[in-house]
Amino acid sequence: MSKQYWKDYQSAVAEDNYYYERSCIRQSFFTGSEEIFLKIVKDVLKKDIVDDMNLHTCSGIGYYSGVVPLDTTMTVVARLFALMTEAGYKNFVPSCITSFGLVNEMVDMWHHFPDKLEEIKGYLKEATGKEFEMPENIVHPCDIIYKNRKALKEKMKYSLTNVKTGKPLQVVEHIGCHYAKIFPRQVKGGAEFPQVLVGMIQEWGGEVVDYPERRHCCGFGFSQYLVLANRGYSAANSKKKFESMQPFKPDFILTNCPGCNMFMDRWQYTISETEGITYDDHKRGIPVLTYEELTGLLLGYNPWDLGLQVHQVQVEPLLDKIGIEYDPKDKYVGKTGKQLKEPEKPMNLKV
Amino acid sequence: MNCGVCTAICPAAEFYDYDPRDICNVLMSKDEEKIEDLLKGDKIWHCGQCLSCKTRCPRGNVPGLLISLLREVSIRVGLFTESEEGRRQYAIKKTLGENIINSGYCVHVMHVKPHLHPEQGPVWKWYFDNAEEVADRQGGNYNKEGSGALRKINDENLKDLRRIFEVTGGKDFYDQIDKQSKVKAVQLKKNITDNVDDNEYFYHVYKDKSQKQ
Repeated sequence: MSKQYWKDYQSAVAEDNYYYERSCIRQSFFTGSEEIFLKIVKDVLKKDIVDDMNLHTCSGIGYYSGVVPLDTTMTVVARLFALMTEAGYKNFVPSCITSFGLVNEMVDMWHHFPDKLEEIKGYLKEATGKEFEMPENIVHPCDIIYKNRKALKEKMKYSLTNVKTGKPLQVVEHIGCHYAKIFPRQVKGGAEFPQVLVGMIQEWGGEVVDYPERRHCCGFGFSQYLVLANRGYSAANSKKKFESMQPFKPDFILTNCPGCNMFMDRWQYTISETEGITYDDHKRGIPVLTYEELTGLLLGYNPWDLGLQVHQVQVEPLLDKIGIEYDPKDKYVGKTGKQLKEPEKPMNLKV
Repeated sequence: MNCGVCTAICPAAEFYDYDPRDICNVLMSKDEEKIEDLLKGDKIWHCGQCLSCKTRCPRGNVPGLLISLLREVSIRVGLFTESEEGRRQYAIKKTLGENIINSGYCVHVMHVKPHLHPEQGPVWKWYFDNAEEVADRQGGNYNKEGSGALRKINDENLKDLRRIFEVTGGKDFYDQIDKQSKVKAVQLKKNITDNVDDNEYFYHVYKDKSQKQ
Protein backbone atom coordinates (compact mmCIF):
# COMPACT_ATOMS: atom_id res chain seq x y z
CA MET A 1 0.00 0.00 0.00
CA SER A 2 2.72 2.47 0.98
CA LYS A 3 4.64 1.64 -2.21
CA GLN A 4 1.54 2.44 -4.26
CA TYR A 5 1.17 5.78 -2.44
CA TRP A 6 4.77 6.56 -3.27
CA LYS A 7 4.24 5.76 -6.96
CA ASP A 8 1.05 7.81 -7.14
CA TYR A 9 2.74 10.74 -5.44
CA GLN A 10 5.78 10.69 -7.72
CA SER A 11 3.66 10.57 -10.85
CA ALA A 12 1.61 13.48 -9.53
CA VAL A 13 4.61 15.82 -9.63
CA ALA A 14 5.06 16.98 -13.22
CA GLU A 15 8.60 16.77 -14.63
CA ASP A 16 8.74 20.11 -16.41
CA ASN A 17 6.82 23.07 -17.91
CA TYR A 18 5.44 24.78 -14.86
CA TYR A 19 3.04 27.74 -14.58
CA TYR A 20 4.07 29.52 -11.37
CA GLU A 21 1.39 31.27 -9.36
CA ARG A 22 2.89 33.77 -6.95
CA SER A 23 1.77 34.03 -3.33
CA CYS A 24 0.69 37.33 -1.74
CA ILE A 25 2.16 36.26 1.60
CA ARG A 26 5.40 34.74 0.28
CA GLN A 27 6.10 37.72 -2.03
CA SER A 28 5.51 40.16 0.79
CA PHE A 29 7.26 38.52 3.72
CA PHE A 30 9.86 36.34 1.97
CA THR A 31 10.35 38.07 -1.36
CA GLY A 32 13.67 36.37 -1.99
CA SER A 33 12.16 32.90 -1.61
CA GLU A 34 10.06 33.15 -4.75
CA GLU A 35 12.97 34.60 -6.72
CA ILE A 36 15.44 31.90 -5.67
CA PHE A 37 12.91 29.16 -6.40
CA LEU A 38 12.50 30.44 -9.97
CA LYS A 39 16.27 30.75 -10.34
CA ILE A 40 16.86 27.19 -9.07
CA VAL A 41 14.24 25.69 -11.39
CA LYS A 42 15.53 27.60 -14.44
CA ASP A 43 19.27 27.82 -13.88
CA VAL A 44 20.10 24.79 -11.71
CA LEU A 45 17.48 22.21 -12.72
CA LYS A 46 17.24 23.58 -16.30
CA LYS A 47 13.45 23.32 -16.41
CA ASP A 48 10.84 25.58 -17.94
CA ILE A 49 8.77 27.73 -15.57
CA VAL A 50 6.82 30.87 -16.41
CA ASP A 51 6.41 33.95 -14.19
CA ASP A 52 3.33 35.64 -15.66
CA MET A 53 2.96 39.41 -15.14
CA ASN A 54 -0.85 39.05 -15.47
CA LEU A 55 -1.24 37.09 -12.26
CA HIS A 56 -3.15 38.38 -9.26
CA THR A 57 -4.24 37.08 -5.88
CA CYS A 58 -6.19 33.82 -5.67
CA SER A 59 -8.36 35.61 -3.03
CA GLY A 60 -7.88 32.60 -0.72
CA ILE A 61 -7.20 34.57 2.44
CA GLY A 62 -10.35 36.59 1.76
CA TYR A 63 -12.34 33.38 1.24
CA TYR A 64 -11.09 31.59 4.35
CA SER A 65 -11.55 34.74 6.45
CA GLY A 66 -15.16 35.06 5.27
CA VAL A 67 -15.13 38.34 3.31
CA VAL A 68 -15.03 36.91 -0.23
CA PRO A 69 -17.96 34.65 -1.15
CA LEU A 70 -17.50 31.21 -2.72
CA ASP A 71 -18.67 32.03 -6.27
CA THR A 72 -16.33 35.02 -6.45
CA THR A 73 -13.40 32.95 -5.19
CA MET A 74 -14.13 30.20 -7.69
CA THR A 75 -14.22 32.69 -10.56
CA VAL A 76 -10.95 34.33 -9.45
CA VAL A 77 -9.36 30.86 -9.45
CA ALA A 78 -10.93 30.23 -12.87
CA ARG A 79 -9.22 33.38 -14.20
CA LEU A 80 -5.87 32.13 -12.92
CA PHE A 81 -6.48 28.87 -14.78
CA ALA A 82 -7.45 30.87 -17.88
CA LEU A 83 -4.14 32.76 -17.72
CA MET A 84 -2.33 29.41 -17.51
CA THR A 85 -4.32 28.11 -20.49
CA GLU A 86 -3.53 31.25 -22.52
CA ALA A 87 0.17 30.87 -21.71
CA GLY A 88 0.06 27.28 -23.05
CA TYR A 89 0.75 25.46 -19.77
CA LYS A 90 -1.00 22.61 -17.94
CA ASN A 91 1.00 22.29 -14.72
CA PHE A 92 -0.23 24.79 -12.13
CA VAL A 93 2.32 25.55 -9.38
CA PRO A 94 0.89 27.75 -6.59
CA SER A 95 3.59 29.21 -4.35
CA CYS A 96 1.27 29.63 -1.38
CA ILE A 97 -0.03 26.78 0.75
CA THR A 98 -3.33 28.64 1.06
CA SER A 99 -3.55 28.76 -2.75
CA PHE A 100 -2.54 25.12 -3.03
CA GLY A 101 -5.36 24.08 -0.70
CA LEU A 102 -7.80 26.50 -2.29
CA VAL A 103 -7.33 25.47 -5.93
CA ASN A 104 -7.51 21.80 -4.96
CA GLU A 105 -10.70 22.51 -3.01
CA MET A 106 -12.28 24.36 -5.95
CA VAL A 107 -11.33 21.61 -8.43
CA ASP A 108 -12.70 18.99 -6.05
CA MET A 109 -15.99 20.87 -5.68
CA TRP A 110 -16.29 21.22 -9.47
CA HIS A 111 -15.68 17.50 -9.78
CA HIS A 112 -18.55 16.74 -7.39
CA PHE A 113 -20.83 19.54 -8.68
CA PRO A 114 -20.33 19.86 -12.46
CA ASP A 115 -23.26 22.29 -12.69
CA LYS A 116 -21.31 24.69 -10.48
CA LEU A 117 -18.34 24.43 -12.84
CA GLU A 118 -20.58 25.41 -15.77
CA GLU A 119 -21.95 28.34 -13.75
CA ILE A 120 -18.41 29.55 -12.97
CA LYS A 121 -17.38 29.22 -16.62
CA GLY A 122 -20.33 31.46 -17.43
CA TYR A 123 -19.32 34.03 -14.80
CA LEU A 124 -15.75 34.09 -16.09
CA LYS A 125 -16.83 34.52 -19.70
CA GLU A 126 -19.24 37.30 -18.79
CA ALA A 127 -16.76 39.15 -16.59
CA THR A 128 -13.57 38.75 -18.63
CA GLY A 129 -14.37 37.04 -21.97
CA LYS A 130 -11.92 34.29 -20.97
CA GLU A 131 -12.18 30.50 -21.03
CA PHE A 132 -10.05 27.96 -19.23
CA GLU A 133 -8.95 24.36 -19.18
CA MET A 134 -8.47 22.46 -15.96
CA PRO A 135 -4.82 21.93 -14.98
CA GLU A 136 -3.48 18.44 -15.57
CA ASN A 137 -1.28 18.79 -12.52
CA ILE A 138 -1.50 20.97 -9.42
CA VAL A 139 1.82 20.76 -7.64
CA HIS A 140 3.32 22.77 -4.83
CA PRO A 141 6.86 24.11 -5.45
CA CYS A 142 8.14 22.27 -2.36
CA ASP A 143 7.29 19.01 -4.15
CA ILE A 144 9.45 20.07 -7.10
CA ILE A 145 12.39 20.72 -4.79
CA TYR A 146 11.71 17.43 -2.97
CA LYS A 147 11.54 15.51 -6.23
CA ASN A 148 14.90 16.95 -7.29
CA ARG A 149 16.57 16.87 -3.87
CA LYS A 150 19.25 14.36 -4.91
CA ALA A 151 20.18 16.30 -8.06
CA LEU A 152 20.32 19.51 -6.02
CA LYS A 153 22.51 17.85 -3.37
CA GLU A 154 25.17 17.20 -5.99
CA LYS A 155 25.44 20.94 -6.59
CA MET A 156 25.38 22.05 -2.97
CA LYS A 157 28.36 23.76 -1.31
CA TYR A 158 27.15 23.08 2.23
CA SER A 159 25.27 20.41 4.16
CA LEU A 160 23.14 20.38 7.29
CA THR A 161 26.10 19.47 9.46
CA ASN A 162 27.44 21.47 12.37
CA VAL A 163 30.94 22.33 11.15
CA LYS A 164 32.24 22.63 14.72
CA THR A 165 30.92 19.30 16.07
CA GLY A 166 30.56 17.32 12.84
CA LYS A 167 27.06 16.29 13.96
CA PRO A 168 23.84 16.62 11.93
CA LEU A 169 21.78 19.72 12.62
CA GLN A 170 18.50 19.11 14.44
CA VAL A 171 15.63 20.42 12.35
CA VAL A 172 11.96 20.95 13.16
CA GLU A 173 9.83 20.67 10.03
CA HIS A 174 6.47 22.39 10.02
CA ILE A 175 3.94 21.62 7.29
CA GLY A 176 1.18 24.13 6.53
CA CYS A 177 -2.28 22.76 7.35
CA HIS A 178 -3.69 23.41 3.86
CA TYR A 179 -0.90 21.37 2.25
CA ALA A 180 -1.72 18.00 3.80
CA LYS A 181 -4.85 18.24 5.94
CA ILE A 182 -7.47 19.01 3.27
CA PHE A 183 -6.48 16.32 0.77
CA PRO A 184 -4.03 14.06 2.66
CA ARG A 185 -4.09 11.32 0.01
CA GLN A 186 -2.44 13.67 -2.46
CA VAL A 187 0.58 14.03 -0.20
CA LYS A 188 3.26 11.42 0.35
CA GLY A 189 2.94 10.39 3.98
CA GLY A 190 -0.54 11.92 4.32
CA ALA A 191 -1.43 14.40 7.05
CA GLU A 192 0.53 12.60 9.79
CA PHE A 193 3.85 11.87 8.09
CA PRO A 194 4.27 14.21 5.13
CA GLN A 195 7.68 13.47 3.66
CA VAL A 196 8.35 16.58 1.64
CA LEU A 197 10.46 18.54 4.15
CA VAL A 198 11.70 15.40 5.92
CA GLY A 199 13.15 14.22 2.61
CA MET A 200 15.02 17.47 2.05
CA ILE A 201 16.40 17.57 5.61
CA GLN A 202 17.59 13.97 5.60
CA GLU A 203 19.00 14.07 2.07
CA TRP A 204 20.98 17.20 2.85
CA GLY A 205 22.54 15.86 6.06
CA GLY A 206 20.22 16.95 8.89
CA GLU A 207 18.14 15.06 11.42
CA VAL A 208 14.42 15.62 11.87
CA VAL A 209 13.12 16.46 15.34
CA ASP A 210 10.02 14.45 16.24
CA TYR A 211 8.16 16.35 18.94
CA PRO A 212 4.65 16.04 20.40
CA GLU A 213 2.96 19.02 18.71
CA ARG A 214 4.60 18.46 15.35
CA ARG A 215 1.33 18.54 13.36
CA HIS A 216 -0.37 21.29 15.35
CA CYS A 217 -1.44 24.38 13.39
CA CYS A 218 0.81 27.48 13.56
CA GLY A 219 -2.34 29.37 14.54
CA PHE A 220 -2.84 31.72 11.58
CA GLY A 221 -6.58 31.16 11.81
CA PHE A 222 -7.24 33.64 8.94
CA SER A 223 -9.89 35.91 10.53
CA GLN A 224 -8.30 35.22 13.94
CA TYR A 225 -4.95 36.82 13.07
CA LEU A 226 -6.39 39.53 10.83
CA VAL A 227 -7.82 41.54 13.73
CA LEU A 228 -5.69 42.67 16.64
CA ALA A 229 -8.32 41.54 19.17
CA ASN A 230 -7.91 37.85 18.23
CA ARG A 231 -4.18 37.54 17.64
CA GLY A 232 -3.91 35.81 21.01
CA TYR A 233 -5.39 32.73 19.30
CA SER A 234 -2.61 32.75 16.75
CA ALA A 235 0.20 33.36 19.27
CA ALA A 236 -1.15 30.70 21.67
CA ASN A 237 -1.02 28.02 18.97
CA SER A 238 2.57 28.83 18.01
CA LYS A 239 3.52 29.01 21.71
CA LYS A 240 2.18 25.51 22.24
CA LYS A 241 4.49 24.29 19.46
CA PHE A 242 7.55 26.20 20.74
CA GLU A 243 7.13 24.77 24.24
CA SER A 244 6.83 21.30 22.81
CA MET A 245 9.90 21.53 20.55
CA GLN A 246 12.15 23.42 23.01
CA PRO A 247 13.45 20.36 24.95
CA PHE A 248 14.81 18.92 21.68
CA LYS A 249 16.98 22.04 21.14
CA PRO A 250 16.31 22.44 17.41
CA ASP A 251 18.89 24.35 15.38
CA PHE A 252 16.16 25.76 13.15
CA ILE A 253 12.58 25.36 11.93
CA LEU A 254 11.87 24.61 8.26
CA THR A 255 8.47 25.40 6.71
CA ASN A 256 6.69 24.95 3.39
CA CYS A 257 4.02 27.58 4.10
CA PRO A 258 4.94 31.28 4.04
CA GLY A 259 2.27 32.17 6.59
CA CYS A 260 3.51 29.57 9.08
CA ASN A 261 7.04 30.82 8.53
CA MET A 262 6.12 34.41 9.28
CA PHE A 263 4.05 33.52 12.35
CA MET A 264 6.64 31.22 13.89
CA ASP A 265 9.23 33.97 13.41
CA ARG A 266 7.12 36.89 14.66
CA TRP A 267 5.46 35.10 17.58
CA GLN A 268 8.89 34.25 18.99
CA TYR A 269 9.57 38.00 18.96
CA THR A 270 6.19 38.84 20.53
CA ILE A 271 6.46 36.19 23.26
CA SER A 272 9.99 37.33 24.02
CA GLU A 273 8.97 40.98 24.28
CA THR A 274 5.81 40.38 26.31
CA GLU A 275 6.86 37.47 28.55
CA GLY A 276 10.65 37.49 28.36
CA ILE A 277 10.64 33.91 27.07
CA THR A 278 12.83 32.61 24.26
CA TYR A 279 13.04 29.01 23.14
CA ASP A 280 16.79 28.55 22.80
CA ASP A 281 19.68 28.73 25.28
CA HIS A 282 21.04 32.08 24.12
CA LYS A 283 17.96 34.39 24.12
CA ARG A 284 18.18 34.62 20.33
CA GLY A 285 15.21 32.44 19.37
CA ILE A 286 15.01 29.55 16.90
CA PRO A 287 15.61 30.67 13.28
CA VAL A 288 12.77 29.84 10.87
CA LEU A 289 13.62 29.23 7.20
CA THR A 290 11.54 28.65 4.11
CA TYR A 291 12.52 25.57 2.09
CA GLU A 292 13.55 27.88 -0.78
CA GLU A 293 15.88 29.83 1.52
CA LEU A 294 17.42 26.61 2.80
CA THR A 295 17.96 25.26 -0.71
CA GLY A 296 19.51 28.55 -1.83
CA LEU A 297 21.77 28.73 1.22
CA LEU A 298 23.13 25.21 0.74
CA LEU A 299 23.69 25.92 -2.95
CA GLY A 300 25.89 28.84 -1.91
CA TYR A 301 23.77 31.92 -2.67
CA ASN A 302 24.42 35.09 -0.63
CA PRO A 303 22.11 34.98 2.46
CA TRP A 304 21.30 38.67 2.12
CA ASP A 305 20.30 38.28 -1.55
CA LEU A 306 17.97 35.50 -0.37
CA GLY A 307 16.37 37.95 2.08
CA LEU A 308 17.41 36.36 5.36
CA GLN A 309 17.78 39.83 6.86
CA VAL A 310 13.98 40.25 6.84
CA HIS A 311 13.50 37.57 9.49
CA GLN A 312 13.03 38.92 13.01
CA VAL A 313 14.83 35.96 14.58
CA GLN A 314 18.35 36.46 13.30
CA VAL A 315 19.98 33.70 11.28
CA GLU A 316 23.70 34.30 11.87
CA PRO A 317 24.08 31.58 14.55
CA LEU A 318 22.65 29.06 12.08
CA LEU A 319 24.90 30.30 9.24
CA ASP A 320 27.89 29.89 11.57
CA LYS A 321 26.88 26.32 12.43
CA ILE A 322 26.61 25.38 8.74
CA GLY A 323 29.85 27.24 8.00
CA ILE A 324 28.31 29.65 5.51
CA GLU A 325 30.44 32.70 4.85
CA TYR A 326 28.66 36.06 4.89
CA ASP A 327 29.52 39.73 5.05
CA PRO A 328 27.83 41.44 8.04
CA LYS A 329 28.31 44.84 6.39
CA ASP A 330 26.29 43.68 3.38
CA LYS A 331 23.24 42.75 5.45
CA TYR A 332 21.49 46.11 5.33
CA VAL A 333 22.54 47.22 1.86
CA GLY A 334 19.65 47.99 -0.50
CA LYS A 335 19.24 47.30 -4.20
CA THR A 336 20.89 50.58 -5.22
CA GLY A 337 23.90 49.90 -2.99
CA LYS A 338 22.68 52.32 -0.34
CA GLN A 339 23.62 51.42 3.24
CA LEU A 340 20.27 51.45 5.03
CA LYS A 341 19.85 52.41 8.66
CA GLU A 342 19.65 49.23 10.73
CA PRO A 343 16.34 48.10 12.29
CA GLU A 344 15.77 48.99 15.92
CA LYS A 345 16.76 46.32 18.42
CA PRO A 346 14.08 44.44 20.36
CA MET A 347 14.00 44.80 24.13
CA ASN A 348 14.51 41.11 25.01
CA LEU A 349 15.17 39.09 21.88
CA LYS A 350 18.89 39.28 21.15
CA VAL A 351 19.88 40.24 17.62
CA MET B 1 -22.86 10.77 13.48
CA ASN B 2 -21.87 12.56 16.65
CA CYS B 3 -18.41 11.25 17.52
CA GLY B 4 -16.83 14.66 18.23
CA VAL B 5 -13.52 13.81 16.57
CA CYS B 6 -13.67 17.24 14.86
CA THR B 7 -13.90 18.94 18.26
CA ALA B 8 -11.12 16.77 19.67
CA ILE B 9 -8.69 17.84 16.92
CA CYS B 10 -9.83 21.48 16.64
CA PRO B 11 -7.32 24.18 17.75
CA ALA B 12 -10.17 26.69 18.13
CA ALA B 13 -12.10 24.33 20.44
CA GLU B 14 -9.03 24.27 22.66
CA PHE B 15 -8.79 28.06 22.77
CA TYR B 16 -12.40 29.27 22.74
CA ASP B 17 -15.71 28.12 24.21
CA TYR B 18 -16.44 26.51 20.87
CA ASP B 19 -17.52 23.09 19.60
CA PRO B 20 -17.75 22.33 15.85
CA ARG B 21 -19.67 19.11 16.57
CA ASP B 22 -22.35 21.12 18.32
CA ILE B 23 -22.65 23.50 15.35
CA CYS B 24 -23.14 20.53 13.00
CA ASN B 25 -25.83 19.20 15.33
CA VAL B 26 -27.71 22.50 15.21
CA LEU B 27 -27.56 22.51 11.41
CA MET B 28 -28.81 18.93 11.18
CA SER B 29 -31.67 19.71 13.58
CA LYS B 30 -33.11 22.11 10.94
CA ASP B 31 -34.39 24.18 13.87
CA GLU B 32 -34.53 27.64 12.30
CA GLU B 33 -34.56 29.46 15.61
CA LYS B 34 -31.35 27.74 16.72
CA ILE B 35 -29.74 28.28 13.33
CA GLU B 36 -30.60 31.97 13.53
CA ASP B 37 -28.95 32.07 16.95
CA LEU B 38 -25.79 30.70 15.32
CA LEU B 39 -25.93 33.34 12.59
CA LYS B 40 -26.12 36.18 15.10
CA GLY B 41 -23.75 34.69 17.67
CA ASP B 42 -19.99 34.64 18.19
CA LYS B 43 -19.38 30.92 17.78
CA ILE B 44 -19.27 30.61 13.98
CA TRP B 45 -16.50 33.23 13.94
CA HIS B 46 -14.17 31.24 16.21
CA CYS B 47 -13.14 28.67 13.56
CA GLY B 48 -9.55 29.17 12.35
CA GLN B 49 -10.15 27.35 9.03
CA CYS B 50 -7.15 25.04 9.47
CA LEU B 51 -9.50 22.27 8.24
CA SER B 52 -8.04 19.66 10.57
CA CYS B 53 -11.68 18.54 10.86
CA LYS B 54 -11.58 17.62 7.16
CA THR B 55 -8.69 15.25 7.77
CA ARG B 56 -10.30 13.56 10.72
CA CYS B 57 -14.04 13.21 10.13
CA PRO B 58 -14.69 9.48 9.69
CA ARG B 59 -17.67 10.29 7.43
CA GLY B 60 -15.82 12.77 5.22
CA ASN B 61 -17.74 15.79 6.50
CA VAL B 62 -16.10 19.20 6.82
CA PRO B 63 -17.43 21.25 9.76
CA GLY B 64 -14.99 24.07 8.86
CA LEU B 65 -16.57 24.52 5.43
CA LEU B 66 -20.11 24.33 6.85
CA ILE B 67 -19.01 27.19 9.08
CA SER B 68 -17.75 29.10 6.01
CA LEU B 69 -21.25 28.83 4.55
CA LEU B 70 -22.87 29.93 7.82
CA ARG B 71 -20.58 32.98 7.84
CA GLU B 72 -21.55 33.81 4.26
CA VAL B 73 -25.26 33.50 5.11
CA SER B 74 -24.80 35.56 8.30
CA ILE B 75 -23.42 38.42 6.21
CA ARG B 76 -26.01 38.08 3.43
CA VAL B 77 -28.95 38.28 5.88
CA GLY B 78 -27.29 41.03 7.91
CA LEU B 79 -27.02 39.14 11.21
CA PHE B 80 -23.22 39.28 11.46
CA THR B 81 -23.31 42.68 13.18
CA GLU B 82 -25.35 41.20 16.05
CA SER B 83 -22.22 39.60 17.54
CA GLU B 84 -18.92 41.08 18.65
CA GLU B 85 -16.97 38.53 16.58
CA GLY B 86 -19.17 38.90 13.51
CA ARG B 87 -18.73 42.68 13.51
CA ARG B 88 -14.99 42.17 12.95
CA GLN B 89 -15.74 41.27 9.31
CA TYR B 90 -15.89 45.01 8.66
CA ALA B 91 -12.27 45.39 9.78
CA ILE B 92 -11.21 42.43 7.63
CA LYS B 93 -13.06 43.84 4.63
CA LYS B 94 -11.30 47.19 5.14
CA THR B 95 -7.77 45.82 5.66
CA LEU B 96 -7.82 42.82 3.33
CA GLY B 97 -10.96 42.67 1.18
CA GLU B 98 -10.45 46.09 -0.35
CA ASN B 99 -6.82 45.27 -1.14
CA ILE B 100 -7.96 42.66 -3.64
CA ILE B 101 -9.94 45.00 -5.87
CA ASN B 102 -7.71 48.02 -5.32
CA SER B 103 -4.31 46.39 -5.84
CA GLY B 104 -4.84 42.78 -7.01
CA TYR B 105 -3.21 41.46 -3.83
CA CYS B 106 -4.82 40.14 -0.64
CA VAL B 107 -1.64 41.24 1.10
CA HIS B 108 1.29 43.33 -0.08
CA VAL B 109 4.13 44.90 1.89
CA MET B 110 2.42 48.31 1.67
CA HIS B 111 -0.74 46.92 3.35
CA VAL B 112 0.91 45.55 6.50
CA LYS B 113 1.14 48.85 8.37
CA PRO B 114 3.33 48.64 11.46
CA HIS B 115 0.92 50.64 13.66
CA LEU B 116 -1.77 47.99 13.00
CA HIS B 117 0.74 45.15 13.39
CA PRO B 118 2.92 45.69 16.48
CA GLU B 119 3.61 41.93 16.56
CA GLN B 120 5.55 42.23 13.29
CA GLY B 121 8.46 43.81 15.15
CA PRO B 122 11.26 46.21 14.22
CA VAL B 123 12.64 44.23 11.27
CA TRP B 124 9.25 44.43 9.55
CA LYS B 125 9.11 48.19 10.20
CA TRP B 126 12.55 48.42 8.61
CA TYR B 127 11.33 46.47 5.56
CA PHE B 128 8.15 48.57 5.36
CA ASP B 129 10.12 51.84 5.56
CA ASN B 130 12.68 50.73 2.94
CA ALA B 131 10.40 48.50 0.89
CA GLU B 132 11.67 49.14 -2.65
CA GLU B 133 15.36 48.93 -1.70
CA VAL B 134 14.87 45.74 0.35
CA ALA B 135 12.41 43.96 -1.96
CA ASP B 136 14.41 44.65 -5.10
CA ARG B 137 17.65 43.54 -3.42
CA GLN B 138 15.93 40.15 -3.11
CA GLY B 139 15.01 40.15 -6.81
CA GLY B 140 11.62 41.87 -6.47
CA ASN B 141 10.07 44.46 -8.78
CA TYR B 142 8.45 46.64 -6.15
CA ASN B 143 5.35 48.47 -7.42
CA LYS B 144 6.74 48.67 -10.95
CA GLU B 145 5.32 47.49 -14.28
CA GLY B 146 6.20 44.04 -15.62
CA SER B 147 6.61 40.67 -13.94
CA GLY B 148 8.27 39.82 -10.64
CA ALA B 149 7.50 39.81 -6.95
CA LEU B 150 5.45 42.73 -5.58
CA ARG B 151 5.06 44.25 -9.07
CA LYS B 152 2.26 46.71 -9.82
CA ILE B 153 -0.67 44.74 -11.19
CA ASN B 154 -1.74 46.51 -14.35
CA ASP B 155 -5.13 48.11 -15.07
CA GLU B 156 -6.28 45.40 -17.50
CA ASN B 157 -5.91 42.68 -14.88
CA LEU B 158 -7.44 44.81 -12.15
CA LYS B 159 -10.38 45.58 -14.43
CA ASP B 160 -11.03 41.85 -14.90
CA LEU B 161 -10.77 41.24 -11.17
CA ARG B 162 -13.27 44.02 -10.41
CA ARG B 163 -15.66 42.71 -13.08
CA ILE B 164 -15.48 39.25 -11.48
CA PHE B 165 -16.49 40.80 -8.16
CA GLU B 166 -19.40 42.63 -9.86
CA VAL B 167 -20.68 39.64 -11.84
CA THR B 168 -20.40 37.04 -9.06
CA GLY B 169 -21.81 39.13 -6.21
CA GLY B 170 -18.51 39.81 -4.47
CA LYS B 171 -19.01 43.58 -4.73
CA ASP B 172 -22.57 43.35 -3.37
CA PHE B 173 -21.16 41.27 -0.51
CA TYR B 174 -18.64 44.02 0.32
CA ASP B 175 -21.43 46.61 0.08
CA GLN B 176 -23.58 44.56 2.46
CA ILE B 177 -20.73 44.45 5.02
CA ASP B 178 -20.40 48.24 4.76
CA LYS B 179 -24.14 48.93 4.86
CA GLN B 180 -24.87 46.79 7.92
CA SER B 181 -21.75 48.02 9.69
CA LYS B 182 -22.83 51.64 9.24
CA VAL B 183 -26.20 50.81 10.82
CA LYS B 184 -24.46 49.12 13.75
CA ALA B 185 -21.98 51.97 14.14
CA VAL B 186 -24.88 54.39 14.60
CA GLN B 187 -26.44 52.08 17.20
CA LEU B 188 -23.14 51.85 19.06
CA LYS B 189 -22.58 55.61 18.71
CA LYS B 190 -19.22 55.10 16.96
CA ASN B 191 -18.02 57.36 14.16
CA ILE B 192 -17.57 55.47 10.85
CA THR B 193 -15.81 56.86 7.76
CA ASP B 194 -14.38 55.36 4.57
CA ASN B 195 -10.86 56.17 5.74
CA VAL B 196 -9.38 53.68 8.22
CA ASP B 197 -7.18 56.18 10.08
CA ASP B 198 -9.97 58.27 11.64
CA ASN B 199 -12.61 55.53 11.70
CA GLU B 200 -13.68 54.94 15.31
CA TYR B 201 -15.90 51.96 14.45
CA PHE B 202 -13.04 50.31 12.55
CA TYR B 203 -10.69 50.51 15.52
CA HIS B 204 -13.45 49.31 17.84
CA VAL B 205 -14.10 46.11 15.87
CA TYR B 206 -10.40 45.67 15.05
CA LYS B 207 -8.98 45.70 18.55
CA ASP B 208 -11.56 45.88 21.36
CA LYS B 209 -12.56 42.74 23.22
CA SER B 210 -15.31 42.68 25.83
CA GLN B 211 -14.80 41.11 29.22
CA LYS B 212 -17.38 38.39 28.51
CA GLN B 213 -14.91 36.80 26.12
